[in-house]
Amino acid sequence: MAKYLLLKHYRGAPAAVNDVPMDRWSPEEISAHIQYMNDFAARLESSGEFVDGQALAPEGAWVRYDGEGRPPVTDGPFAETKDLIAGWMIIDVDSYERAVELAGELSAAPGAGGRPIHEWLEVRPFLTAPPTVTE
Amino acid sequence: MDEALLRSLIPGVITVLVRRGADFAAAEDAVQEALIEALRHWPAEPSPGSAGPAEPLRDAKGWLITVAWRRFLDATRADTARRRREDLAEEEPAPGPAPAVDDTLQLYFLCAHPSLTPASAVALTLRAVGGLTTRQIARAYLVPEATMAQRISRAKRTVSGVRFDRPGDVATVLRVLYLVFNEGYSGDIDLAAEAIRLTRQLAARVDHPEVAGLLALMLLHHARRAARTAADGSLVPLAEQDRGRWDTALIAEGVRILQAALARDRLGEFQAQAAVAALHADAPTARETDWAQIVEWYDELTRLTDSPVVRLNRAVAVGEAEGPDAGLAALSGLDAALPRYTAVAAYLHERRGDLTTAARLYSEAAHLAPHLAERDHLTRQAARLNARRQR
Repeated sequence: MAKYLLLKHYRGAPAAVNDVPMDRWSPEEISAHIQYMNDFAARLESSGEFVDGQALAPEGAWVRYDGEGRPPVTDGPFAETKDLIAGWMIIDVDSYERAVELAGELSAAPGAGGRPIHEWLEVRPFLTAPPTVTE
Repeated sequence: MDEALLRSLIPGVITVLVRRGADFAAAEDAVQEALIEALRHWPAEPSPGSAGPAEPLRDAKGWLITVAWRRFLDATRADTARRRREDLAEEEPAPGPAPAVDDTLQLYFLCAHPSLTPASAVALTLRAVGGLTTRQIARAYLVPEATMAQRISRAKRTVSGVRFDRPGDVATVLRVLYLVFNEGYSGDIDLAAEAIRLTRQLAARVDHPEVAGLLALMLLHHARRAARTAADGSLVPLAEQDRGRWDTALIAEGVRILQAALARDRLGEFQAQAAVAALHADAPTARETDWAQIVEWYDELTRLTDSPVVRLNRAVAVGEAEGPDAGLAALSGLDAALPRYTAVAAYLHERRGDLTTAARLYSEAAHLAPHLAERDHLTRQAARLNARRQR
């Protein structure tokens, strides 16, 4: 088993096929979308593949150290172009193929018009501890 | 209470319940509950003269059987839809004929059943044979307890129709135990130690040279564990390990078990791997390693498995035995996409003195490494060579 991070982006990912901003969906479409995500997580819980999932606020700041005695610098020249992560799900699955399959399903969540969003999700494997046998 | 001793009783208790008529999943649940109760209530020391609580310590297995059987009856009674089974459960067990086969062994086979995914087989083995609680297994695998509980209950459902009275495939069981060993997390539960414990139990029950081979392999690898990582968690390659920190008692035991297995002249994959590990363990310094013999064992392994990973390891051994050019020649026929291929190529180029290529390959290998400690190690190798070239 290996853990993978499925990342959903507010901004920074390539455009979705059904690319309509969420605030222009109908309330029913939003409910259907959320229901789909919850059902998906519940299904993974029952298959023993769920580890964690959280949604993030759409705002975020870049922060860095700016020298002794000075406050940290927030944001930078890239404030308008930065990636914004909308949320993540961590899964623990048998194979990379399975991780991709699940990301594909998650990307099919319904959006405007009840049709799948076809949004792009990022799939990243976790680095793990080395196995006991490393020589 | 000695938890390890208690856990070693689990498979026996499950099989008693199954023999009395419980199905596997229900028996397993009942025994887990009894185990948790035992851990919660039994005193660390028996209080002298007191009846009751001290009693379990004298006959822990009998106590577990009694409590688990009661739990099983309670659960069965509560389940009105299964009244038929209640009748069966109410009856006192008949003193049937002694079983012809060791039931505990059947439990190993059931938990490693080919219908299970490797991950499910591992989880079920750790619970039913190893006696670990779901929480402990979840912690060992760094997943939520609910996730592991689902994984185990699905596994139990998968094997619920499997008959309990047929011998399975030893090779499958060995693969599952080796998976457990390889995880090797050392947190609350040390899976490597757990795998060794279970393999020892298996070796005591089944007379098979490959079981002995796997046990020897685990002991020989485990013996080097303390030397394998530095205090800061970074990897220490075999050649740089402080051999004084190797566990000589484990090495001696591993070698003895391996020799007895090899004497039976039924070579298998695990025995051959253990032979390689034994040759490393036997060398007083890295320089004195008998690489020529290690190459011969890799030749055997190639015949047995024809695995590309074995060929990759063989290329390393050839590089040591006959020089880096021979090693690179052995490497040239292999798929560059193999895990660790680039790291091996980097090492061989460094030995040839081509530091530029080696540094580039080390940094490529670091990028591909799936493990944190390995990636850090490879990054340091690249940095070391780059620093040396700039001087």
